[in-house]
Order: sequence, then C-alpha cells, then structure tokens
Amino acid sequence: MSSQDIPEENLPAEQAAHEGAHGAVSVADEKNPFADPGLPPHEHRIQDVDERAARRSERTVALLFTVSMLAAVAFIASYVAIPKDKAIYVFPLGHISALNFALGLTLGLALFCIGAGAVHWARTLMSDVEVADERHAIAADPDTRAKVHADFKLGAQESQLGRRKLIRTTMLGALTLVPLSGIVLLRDLGPLPGDKLRHTLWAKGKRLVNMNTNLPLRPEDVAVGSLTFAMPDGLKETDEDFQTEIAKAALMIVRLQPDNIKDKRELDWSHQGVVAYSKICTHVGCPISLYEQQTHHVLCPCHQSTFDLSDGARVIFGPAGHALPQLRIGVDSEGYLQALGDFEEPVGPAFWERG
Amino acid sequence: MSTTSSNESRSRGKAPAGERVADWADGRLGIYSLAKANMRKIFPDHWSFMLGEVCMYSFLIIILTGVYLTLFFHPSMNEVVYHGSYVPLQGQLMSEAFNSTLHISFDVRGGLLIRQIHHWAALIFLGGMFVHMMRVFFTGAFRKPREVNWLFGFLLFVLGMFTGFTGYSLPDDLLSGTGVRFMEGAILSVPVVGTYLSFFLFGGQFPGGDFVARFYSIHILLLPGIMLGLMVGHLILVFYHKHTQFAGPGKTNNNVVGMPLLPVYMAKAGGFFFLVFGVIAAIAALFSVNPIWAMGPYRPDQVSTGAQPDWYMGFAEGLIRAMPGWEINFWGHTLILGVFIPLVMFGVVLMMIALYPFVESWVTGDKSEHHILDRPRNAPTRTAFGVAWITIYMVGLIGGGNDLFATHFHLSLNAVTWFVRIAFFAGPVLAFVITKRICLGLQRRDRDKVLHGRETGIIKRLPHGEFIEVHEPLSQEQLHTLTAHEQYQPAEIGPTVDENGVERKVKGSEKLRAKLSNAYYGEDSQIPKPSVEEYKEITSGHGHH
Amino acid sequence: MKKLSARRRHPLAAVVVLLLALAATGGLYTAFAPASKAKADDTAQSLTIEQGKKLYEVGCASCHGTGGQGSSDGPSLVGVGAAAVDFQVGTGRMPAQQPGAQVPAKKVIYSQAEIDQLAAYIASLGAGPAVPTKNDYSPEGADIAKGGELFRTNCAQCHNFTGHGGALTHGKFAPDLGDVSPKHIFEAMQTGPQNMPSFPDTTMTAKNKKDIIAYLNAVNGNETVTPGGFELGGLGPVSEGLFAWVFGLGALIAVAVWVAARTAKAKKS
Repeated sequence: MSSQDIPEENLPAEQAAHEGAHGAVSVADEKNPFADPGLPPHEHRIQDVDERAARRSERTVALLFTVSMLAAVAFIASYVAIPKDKAIYVFPLGHISALNFALGLTLGLALFCIGAGAVHWARTLMSDVEVADERHAIAADPDTRAKVHADFKLGAQESQLGRRKLIRTTMLGALTLVPLSGIVLLRDLGPLPGDKLRHTLWAKGKRLVNMNTNLPLRPEDVAVGSLTFAMPDGLKETDEDFQTEIAKAALMIVRLQPDNIKDKRELDWSHQGVVAYSKICTHVGCPISLYEQQTHHVLCPCHQSTFDLSDGARVIFGPAGHALPQLRIGVDSEGYLQALGDFEEPVGPAFWERG
Repeated sequence: MSTTSSNESRSRGKAPAGERVADWADGRLGIYSLAKANMRKIFPDHWSFMLGEVCMYSFLIIILTGVYLTLFFHPSMNEVVYHGSYVPLQGQLMSEAFNSTLHISFDVRGGLLIRQIHHWAALIFLGGMFVHMMRVFFTGAFRKPREVNWLFGFLLFVLGMFTGFTGYSLPDDLLSGTGVRFMEGAILSVPVVGTYLSFFLFGGQFPGGDFVARFYSIHILLLPGIMLGLMVGHLILVFYHKHTQFAGPGKTNNNVVGMPLLPVYMAKAGGFFFLVFGVIAAIAALFSVNPIWAMGPYRPDQVSTGAQPDWYMGFAEGLIRAMPGWEINFWGHTLILGVFIPLVMFGVVLMMIALYPFVESWVTGDKSEHHILDRPRNAPTRTAFGVAWITIYMVGLIGGGNDLFATHFHLSLNAVTWFVRIAFFAGPVLAFVITKRICLGLQRRDRDKVLHGRETGIIKRLPHGEFIEVHEPLSQEQLHTLTAHEQYQPAEIGPTVDENGVERKVKGSEKLRAKLSNAYYGEDSQIPKPSVEEYKEITSGHGHH
Repeated sequence: MKKLSARRRHPLAAVVVLLLALAATGGLYTAFAPASKAKADDTAQSLTIEQGKKLYEVGCASCHGTGGQGSSDGPSLVGVGAAAVDFQVGTGRMPAQQPGAQVPAKKVIYSQAEIDQLAAYIASLGAGPAVPTKNDYSPEGADIAKGGELFRTNCAQCHNFTGHGGALTHGKFAPDLGDVSPKHIFEAMQTGPQNMPSFPDTTMTAKNKKDIIAYLNAVNGNETVTPGGFELGGLGPVSEGLFAWVFGLGALIAVAVWVAARTAKAKKS
C-alpha cells in the first residue's frame, strides 16, 4: 500500500552505500576474478516507478479479497440451499454430490483468493529490497562456556551428590522402580495368548454352512470348478464374537477331480474330491480366495502368496511361509458335509510359539 | 520496567490502542525483546524453501479438520444396523465407527468435504515432508549446525506415517481392516514377544472390540501431540539458526540475504497458508478420496483385490510383497523371516537416511558451520547416495502396487514381483553410478563455463577463413556463484611412524575413514574447481578457441 | 572404455543410445509380458442346431475339435451349456484371436441369432446351464445391500470392491465389470469362464445372483453417484497417492514457485 515512498529510499546510489556497510568484497576485481562482488544493486519493479501500475496492483489485490468475500457468502448460501443428497453430473468428474462440489469449490476459492491477494500485495507493493542479516555463531563464546561449566560444578558440589553415596544409590533405585508401576498397569491391555490361536470353532460333527444361503452344504451342491465359502454351523453374524471367530474359522470349499489331487493327505481328508481349506492366508491373515479354477491356484490379494490347492495347498509363489491348513471333512448321516475335527494346526499367520 | 512506565506517562490516554495492548503484554511476557530479534528476521526467497511450509500448513489443516471430525465420529466397535441414507448398505451390520463415518459422509452437511480435506491433506502432508526432506538432503542443509533439526524432521516424517496409518484404520472399513489385519500379522512375526504384543494391542484375539478406540487415542492425542511439539521445536530451530541460502553475489556463510518477516514474509507465508488450504479444499471438492461406503464394513473373512495402504506405507508394503516366504521351525518355535525381515528392513532403510548426516560429518571431519547450500552436483557422492536411496524407496512403492502395475501395463504379476526383487538390489547401485557420473559431467560443464565463458551459438568467420564460436565471458557474479563451493581434500592416514621412528598402530576406523574420504573426494569423485591462476592464464590469451 | 568415452560426443551417439534403450525396453517387455497357452471353455442347443453346427465347423472346430470334444488348443465343449456359449461368444472372447495368458473380451463378430444357433448346437452335445431369461438377471426388486455383502464375500477378492477388476497370477486378470451386461454377469457366475470359478445355483441361488447384479448396477453403473467427486479409477490408495503427488503437490509447488519468484523489474532507462 505504501508504495510511493519506496523508490525514494532505495535509489541505486543509496543501495550501493548500504552494501558497503555490509562489508561486501567488490574491490579486488583484478586480483581475484572469482571474488564476491557483493549484493547487486536493487532494481525497481514497474510498480516502484509507475504509480499507475501500483494502483493496478492495489485494485487486483482488492479484487481478490472481494472475490474471497463473495465466495464465502456463496459457501453459506450453498450450505443452506443445496440438499445433502442431491447429485449432479459434472463433466468429466461424473455424478457427484452437488453439496460437496459447491461447498468445496466456494471454500477453496474463498481461501485461495485471500492467499493470492496477500502474496500479490507482498510481491508488487511491499518493498522488495534484499537485505543482509548477519549471522552469529551458534556455539557460545569461551567465557560463557567456562562460566556454565564452573556453575555446574559448583551446583553439583553443593548438592553433595558425589559425596553422599547413600543418597545417590537410593535415589537412583527409587527412580528406577517407580516407572515399573506404569508398566505393570499395562498388563490388563489384553489376556495372555494361551492356546487361543490354536483352536477354531470347528469340531467333530460341525456342519459346513454355506455363507451365501446360511444352509448346510451337501457334497453334491459343490460342482467341479466352483468356489464356495463356509462357516461352522451355529455361528451367527449377530453373535458378539462373530468377527473374532470368523477370522479363524472361515473356510474355502472347492471340488477337484480326485485324480487331480496330487497330495495323498489332501485326498484322505477330502470327501469325493471336495476339499475344505482355511480361507485365512498363512502369511499375515488376509482372506485368501482368488481361486483360478483351471490351474487350481489360489492367490492372496494382499501380498500375492500363491497356493496350489491340488497339492496340499503348498506355497508356489510369494511371501507366505507354509501351506494353508486343510480341514478334514466327511458327511453325516443326513448327507451334509461335516468337519471331522478342528484344524490340526493353527490357522492364519505364523507366530513364535507356533512351532 | 522503568521504560514502560515512562512510556505510559508520556502517552497517557493518547497512545494508539494497539500500542497500549503491546505495552501491557510486554510488561508481562516480555514480547518486545522477542520481537526485536524476530520481527524483521530475514528469509531468503526460493521456491524450494517453501516445501516445509506446505508440510506445516497441511498439518494445521489436518488438525483443524480433525477436530471437526471428532465431533461426529464414534470410536466404538459395537455392531449396529445401518439405517442412514446410503442405500447399498442399508440393513447391514457394521461397527459404530463405520456407521458414524457414513453418517459424516452422507448425513452431516459438509462432513464429506471435511473428511476429504482431512484425507487429502494427510496424503499431501506426507508427500510434502518427503520432498522437503529430499530438498534438505540434496542441498546439504542438514550439515552443522542443523543435524538436530534434521532428526526432528525425520521423526515428524516417521510419526506422520503412523498417525496416518492409525487414522485411516479408524473407519473400520474393509480396506483399512485388511491393513490392520496385516499389522497384526506383522506384530505376530516378532520373535519371542510378538504373540503377546498382539494380544495386548488388540485386547485379545484379532480383531476383538478394542482396537478402534485404542487407535483413536493414539491418532488424535498421542502422536499428534508429540508431532506438534516436534514441529514447534523444528520451527524454533529454523528461526534460531536462520535460514540457509544458495551461493550468490553478496551471500556469504556469515549472512542471510532476503526479505524481512514483517511485512513481506508475513504476507507471503501467511498468504501461502490460505493458498495451500484453498488448493486442498478444491481438490476435496473435485476428487474422491477413501470412499469407505464403496468398500463396505470390515469383516475378517472378506477382502478386495487392490488392498493397498496409503502411499506412505506403500514402501513397506512393497518390501513385504517382494520377500520370499522364509520360515524356520526349531525347538517348537517359528521364526517368521518372510515377514520379520521386511519389517526390520523398513526401519533400516529409513535409518540409513536419518543417520547419513552423521556419517558424512565423520568422513569430512568438518566441524565448521555451513549456511551456504550445496548445489547437488558439487557433492556427487552424497547426491548419488540420495538418488540410490530414493531408488530403493521407489522400487518399494512399485512393489506395493505390483498388482496394479501388472493390470495397467499388461504385465505378469509374478514378473513385476521378480523385477522388484532384483531392482531392490541392482537399482540403487545403478542409480548411484549414473548419478555420480551425471554430477561429474555437470561439474565439468561448470568448469568449462568459468574458464571459457558461455557458448553463445554465434559463429564468426575470421579474416583467414577460420570459423569460431564466440564464447561470452561470464560476469563476476556468475563466476563467483560457480566457484563459491568448497572442495574437500581426501583425508589421509597420518604418518604411521612417529618422529622417533616408532611405528604406531593404525586403527581400523581410521583406515575406513580414509577409504571413505577418498571415495567421496578422490580424483574420480570431484572435478577440481578452476583456480584463479588457470582463469587468468586462459583469459590472458583469449579469443583463441 | 577410453574408446567408448571418446566417441560419446559423436553425432550418432544419441541415436545409438536411443536404439539400445528401445531394444532393451522391448526385450524386457517381451520377457515380462505373460505368454502362455490360452484356455477357454465354450458351449450349446435346439432346432437351429444344424445352423449352429455349420457355424461351429467354420469358426470353432479348429480348436475345439469337430464334435466339440476338445483338442490341445481348446477344451471340450461337451456339457458346458448354452449359457457358456452365450457368454464367451457374446462378449467377443470367442473365437479367440491369439494364445495368451487369458482370452480378453473384444468386438463381437457373430449376431445374436448366430450366437443362439451356436449355443443350441453346443447344448445338444451335453446337458449344461441354459441361457438365463431377463427375469433371472434383471436387477429390479433385488436387495442391493445383501448383494453388496455377497459381492464382498464371493467376488471382490478378484474384481475389487466395486467391480473395477484386479490382477491374477502370470498375466491373468479379473476384468472390470463396469460395462458388462447383467446377462453376461449372470452367465459368468453360472458357468465360470476361463479361470473364474463358477457359482452354481446349488451354492449361490438365483436370488443371490440377482442381488449381486443389482449391487453392481448401483455401484459401478453409468448412473452411479460418486459423491466425493471423480473416483480416480476406483482403485483405492495407489491412484489416490499418485494423484496427491502429481496434482496435489504439483499444484502446491507451482504456487510456491509463484510466491517465491521475483517480480518483473522495470526496464532500465
């Protein structure tokens, strides 16, 4: 705003004198062509010499601030006027929320114009004379250093900490033990693991319930090349511990031609080619289920561990360390698929005690 | 005190209100001495010096919008049935956390905008910190006296990553829940204590009913509290050290050239806050981020492909994806190297860049203060190291998105993974060698420019028919700028025989230091900058090349 | 080495480097680009069987064998059903153009009438799922939310949350479902084309399939509302991160350059 007085005090002549005061080395041209010539003289901007240009800048800044005000009013108007579920089509963004679009753009404009105004003001009207500021060493001078050291020694001596060994030892003891109470308090953050990671809801006689229909599965329901997910009979989505239980019990059911099964144990644990594997990846526990029905490979979407379901679900690619656990299944007297026991090994990611 | 009272008596009742308020505050807070030192503080102008401001402002935006979000968010994992206005989820069971996030997105006017500003600002905050850190690295601004501030900044970056992770895990949607599951698996891989850590963090088995509430207090209180403290410390140190500057006429190691805080930087930096906020608000108006309604509530038996973390965790994700599945069983225990090694590598790679300033200062043995920035080409070994580090980081990022790279470039997923495995080792070496050569080439060009002037592109025919290109000598400003950098001499192992002829033992660290120093500053690692004598010799016989 | 560095200023050096780089890129691409045998299943049925047989002999028999019994180049079509033919030919996947990791959808070259004839012929070779009627797959009256839950359980692992597709092993992929017609989605679930597993009515009821189609229609259709704005491909954090870097940080750096740039100076007089 105070642009009129800038040219006056920054005439090139004054500028040069100003620099001299800062000890610039512009003397030894002949001796050292690489010497620091010192700060170049200040050059005037158009706004510094032409009052009309300065007025134009002033008007631009004022316009930007005014646009900001209008945008803020538009923000409030949008907030009041636009229903929150209204969608509009904006090319090329697609069908989007009118409220989000209007609020965001008006807020963005209101904020941006304040910033643009301030910066334009600073760039065109405020002084752009470069000034040099002296630096001072960060480290203290030797006197200060000596004084601090002496003070510290005196203080330490007066405390008699070095002499009274008993005080020192007991104090250190007390300060070491006190934090323990804080650590002890963390004990109830959770129960101890025990054997919780080793057991799932599966048990002998539990039927396999289709997660799509919530009905028990029969072997004839499962076609070759199909993919089905199952949970243990009795588990309901509304159960309090559903999340924790399904995190271990989720099953993936596929049917293979029995002569395609390469692993003998897999064949023994299957029923007419229907095999049941844990859906939880043995790497870090993502629900693995990208089943390629022609290759019988199953891929994890998180880290791409790949398992061969026709060969005991052994790992054929990726970061998983061991095969997917298989659930031994059979049929009950009514012809429904049932588990013949729990998984024989822990499901999901490995852990230190897994063995 | 006496000056204050005399001021009061002089201008009783007449002083402007602002002045009286300032006097009042000074009498109690001593603001005048603070203002004397800082009000006309000089800051140099360079766009790259504003990257830190991008970070600071996006952090402030995150705090502002975050406080708003806490007014509506319920950090609870109790299951409820959704009855809000998003049709494709009506009647679904979900946690209160997810339910309240849907409420913010669809039923609080402007809630979606604030959520999107919060998330976009977080992505930009972390990106800004990365770029800012690299700017500081490549210009050598981390050198004495700024090593501590470098560490503050590094801590802010690391804490920012974990604040981001705990933050995007709060809505309890299917994508973030998958990320939390990954975290549980990673914790389980820690030898000896992993299982216990996991049970204590999750209050029992995964997912349990506690982690959202616990992440909430970590996300909104613990980590941002520490970060705010670090950021204030970071800023105080910037003020205390005064800003660095690039070499140029009038710019020395003992001064800082620029414009004063009041008024220019008050307006520029203050205005820049509004510019950053405005840009992020506009992005949030036009571009969707983390649409949790499309992902659905978390269930541990469901998953989607393309399960990636936000970009700043993508590097860790890449390490995990590329690692072979090593697992060792012994004496009833399992060592899960396939998960634990990437976990350790994540820390190691980050520590490499964090500790670099101390390595470099040990190699140079330089104890002086540095306020003039290096041009990256003038520190070829450092620049090459930085580019190699970025290469590792970028390879990790590619690994973290290997499935999307595969689908979008019609490649095999397995091939991309193998590429990452190889590039993780080969990439940085290659980048190091290439970068160093480029730096040396640029140094040679600078040397030529200083000694022979700028190529003007004007071809002149001499009387005897010879054609020459006219070289225009550089101005003294340019000459100074191009020769202002310091060049170290490689450190040598001192005499191994003392004056009495007794052989002393050379320590291993001494040998290593000499070797490193030679690699840094030996003949193959820097082009000697032109000396005054060389310049004079050439310019005296000028006009003949 | 000396020789090499002496010649690096040669006028043709840039061309040579460029050619080398191009060759390396191409070589790497062929090395990494998936190449293996194509597999696809196909199908058939009714009074137009004769017509279908003629079409089959011209367009399909070279891979699938003269009687649909299959060969080393294509699987047996006995028992795949009319739905499989309608899907494979109706989406342009069949006839396959070239071997590759996966046969992609492309321009359909048969008319619907011809597809029906082919389907009838294949259906006559062995019993299989029939082409669904509009009633089966129309999303009207279906439970969108239930469809969403089913989609996340059965489909999202390959096709992404809202059906934008994803990667499988060795160059195979699950396609974007955005522009796939409800009929073809229904048929794909029923018949399990290529490496996709099937979801027969015995494990996923027709009602379940209808719900899934309704959900897809709601979240990945032409009229789908993405309230937050442009969805950046709907691919999640990778595209969001890329956007934040390129456009978010890019815009802010551009602004920073403006803030820090020198203002135009008045001409020296």
